[in-house]
Amino acid sequence: MKRLLSAGNAVLGQRLQDVSATLEPGQLTAICGPNGAGKSTLLSALAGLEALDSGQVLLDGRLLAELPPKERARRIGYLPQSSETAWDIAVRSVVALGRLPHGGLGDDAVDAALGELSLEALADRPISTLSGGEKARALLARVFAGEPEWILADEPLAALDLAHQLALLTSLKARAAAGVGVVIVLHDLALAMNHADRVVVLDQGRVSADGAPDKALSPEILEQVWGVRAQWLGEPGAHALIAS
Amino acid sequence: MTRASLILAALLAIAFPLSMLAGRVWIDPATTPNAAIILAELRLPRGLLAMTVGAGLGAAGAAMQGYLRNPLADPGLFGIAPGAALGAVASFWLGYQASWWALPSMALAGAGGAMALLALIAGRTGGIALFTLAGLMIASLAGALTSLAISLAPNAFAMSQIVTWLMGALTDRSWSDVYLAAPLTLAGIVILALAGRDLDALTLGDATTRSLGVDTQRLLWWLIAGIGLTVGSGVAAAGIIGFVGLIVPHLVRPLTDRRPSSLLLPSALAGALLVLVADSLVRVLPLVTELRLGIALSLIGAPFFLWLLLRMRRGELIG
Repeated sequence: MKRLLSAGNAVLGQRLQDVSATLEPGQLTAICGPNGAGKSTLLSALAGLEALDSGQVLLDGRLLAELPPKERARRIGYLPQSSETAWDIAVRSVVALGRLPHGGLGDDAVDAALGELSLEALADRPISTLSGGEKARALLARVFAGEPEWILADEPLAALDLAHQLALLTSLKARAAAGVGVVIVLHDLALAMNHADRVVVLDQGRVSADGAPDKALSPEILEQVWGVRAQWLGEPGAHALIAS
Repeated sequence: MTRASLILAALLAIAFPLSMLAGRVWIDPATTPNAAIILAELRLPRGLLAMTVGAGLGAAGAAMQGYLRNPLADPGLFGIAPGAALGAVASFWLGYQASWWALPSMALAGAGGAMALLALIAGRTGGIALFTLAGLMIASLAGALTSLAISLAPNAFAMSQIVTWLMGALTDRSWSDVYLAAPLTLAGIVILALAGRDLDALTLGDATTRSLGVDTQRLLWWLIAGIGLTVGSGVAAAGIIGFVGLIVPHLVRPLTDRRPSSLLLPSALAGALLVLVADSLVRVLPLVTELRLGIALSLIGAPFFLWLLLRMRRGELIG
């Protein structure tokens, strides 16, 4: 049986109004939409962190809400938008928190995650001494260290410069290529267009489009959802969005 | 054991025998008459009790700061210490202090009542703001009821007894106080230590913590139980001893890797050391009556708190 993470008729207040989406492993799925469309809420619901008013989230056909929290945490890694670090702990300690669902065991996975995001040299530095881009990498490494089957990240590329955005995307795509289901909330439509395997467009708590990037982010959808007249220029993989 | 814990344990091993000798009467085991009795019946239980109370307050403060993610949090914020004090004052008021067990058990009942109330109000959501507000409200209610009990004291003697007790001290404590406070405090510290790893996760915020499979509501219950036992039994044994829970974790944090879990044991040891040394000092100070330990620690603590605030204002404080 294929491993799937799916939301079925999910309703949560005004934020999610009957959202259904079935996500597949081995893909980079981008959730896009205007501010307040319910992107973060959907991601958080898929991570099992929201109590839905109705509908359900299923992991491999089982109700996510009924899974023991530790098992859920071992299988689904979640990176919230906030980059809060209350105490100035070392980068390695931050990454090692990803092993909590595994009883704190697994130093190898911590080392591997540090390596995968090129953080070896920074491992013993206090987190406050890192630049914004380095910190984003460290927080993502925490998710990688848990070796989850699913990685759900809420705007992991926000506030990063282009080089860091591409570096993080490369790491996420490598995980997807290794069979992990990667789902990220993305504001930058060009990044979604060029890098995602699939795009889910949300608008006012509903799914407006779902499919390959060139279909889900077609000029018609852009106008309907964002109210912007725009067109894509350039080659596949190197598209640029031009407002017209 | 980390380096910080080893250093603190070594300091404690030096301070403890010295504190046995220090007091109104300096003991020279070879010459002082009745040295064995003074040591066995007065100084030993007092020293052990000082370490017990200090260890409990230190660990409770570290856990509290970890949970609230705030270096200025103090176990007093929980309302548990004022609740325990209210229970103890009630035992004076009712004239129960004649039997040795009445005061501590009523203090523990007061702590338990405050804990139950806190859990009832804030336990469902586990949110920090509601939790802090509920704790402050319980603290102020218990404080008001304590003042009421003082103002309605049946006679001047009872009133002075209550007021003096509230100031916090370890004078005239016996082995029975140790037998009561030590196991409860130890149990509380063990509970807090078990919550350590979940407190570490909170470093990355509430959503991340829950995504890591931590039941934040259960964590809150653990903390209420652990802090209730440590602070409740501390107040039962020694009255209100302020600021230890605030200062100690703050001083110890730079010696650790700053993870809340690795701060718990060193804070317990440093708390034990601070209260033991402070209690020895108030014994040797040449005053007519012994300076109350609670007053002495507040005299150190309040200026320290102000200094912390000044440093924070200058933006020098990083977790």
